[in-house]
Amino acid sequence: MDNVLTYIVSGYNYWAALILIMIGMYGMIAKNNLLKKVIGMSIFQSAIILFYISISYKSNASIPIIAHGHGVADHTAIDPNLYVNPLPHVLMLTAIVVGVATLGVALAVLQKIYRVHGTIEEDEILESIKE
Amino acid sequence: MKRLTLLLTLILGAYLIWSVEDLPEWGDPTSPASTYLSPHYIENIVEETSVPNLVTAILADYRGYDTMFETVVVFCAGLTVLTILRRTERKNKKVSTPRPQREGSDIILQNTARLLIPPMQLFALYVIAHGHHSPGGGFQGGVILGASFILLALSYDLKKTLKRFKESSMLFYSGLGVLIYAGIGVVCLLLGKNFLAYAAWSNFLGITELEAHSHGMLGVEIGVAITVMAIMFSLYADLASGGDLDEGL
Repeated sequence: MDNVLTYIVSGYNYWAALILIMIGMYGMIAKNNLLKKVIGMSIFQSAIILFYISISYKSNASIPIIAHGHGVADHTAIDPNLYVNPLPHVLMLTAIVVGVATLGVALAVLQKIYRVHGTIEEDEILESIKE
Repeated sequence: MKRLTLLLTLILGAYLIWSVEDLPEWGDPTSPASTYLSPHYIENIVEETSVPNLVTAILADYRGYDTMFETVVVFCAGLTVLTILRRTERKNKKVSTPRPQREGSDIILQNTARLLIPPMQLFALYVIAHGHHSPGGGFQGGVILGASFILLALSYDLKKTLKRFKESSMLFYSGLGVLIYAGIGVVCLLLGKNFLAYAAWSNFLGITELEAHSHGMLGVEIGVAITVMAIMFSLYADLASGGDLDEGL
């Protein structure tokens, strides 16, 4: 029992990302309301962002800004273990921006669907298309 | 359908739980992701670009192409929302989307917004301009600037805000930002270096190549911020009013 607890606590970020991925995927497939599907997509996306940021973490490391790095470099060696891995941060910064863009387009499409069919429930839209 | 989805989700979850075991230990400095490229960035970035904020330096210099097309993605998203929602025949048949009606105006809300918006915009400019040395950059500053306009539209109304920031200028600024970014890259080409190799600016501006990297990054961050600001507000204005740009929320 103790071993299992240590195992779970040692990587709790991974577990949180995993649970969020499952919630997001369930929401995207099972929900009938298109807006709820979009929310599911956003949750899924947050899970992936959390996962990447967890990977970039190093124990006892600082934020990815070089301390006293102003002006000309003084040619002292910088220890990579003192700073977290900056690359996932950059990738996720751009992923967040794409997320906002896709969310905006998705909401616009939803408004258009509502305007045409008068509903954003999936089954009602299918019926309205059949008529 | 729902049971099938639950089953699928649980299978995915079980598979992921099985694979968590193979992931590197949390916080391990020798994990594969932190071993190959990232130590090079951390050790050499100040020497190569003179910018201490690693995220800004990688975003705007090493991965300059990526960020440029990121800005284009934001620009395209803004245009897409506009084209999807705009109604040309709305004068003939007014199909009104149901919208909560605003009752009067709230003095406390409006005065708080008036006090809050100027510091917000100043802070956004600080975040953009100081993004090399402290957390910040073009995307973040642009979003704060856009949020200040959204706050104005929420506390007063959309029409009043659109008088200050017209739709035509939204489109102009969103294009201008992309143009500034691409223009800085093209000038590098004309000065005989690669696209977005900021060192080319050193002779032109009379500074060292290291400083040229820092200044080039500031230039592209300003471009990014202008586009993001204009598109953020354009997204809000179009989505809140259903593309009609009338009273809004």
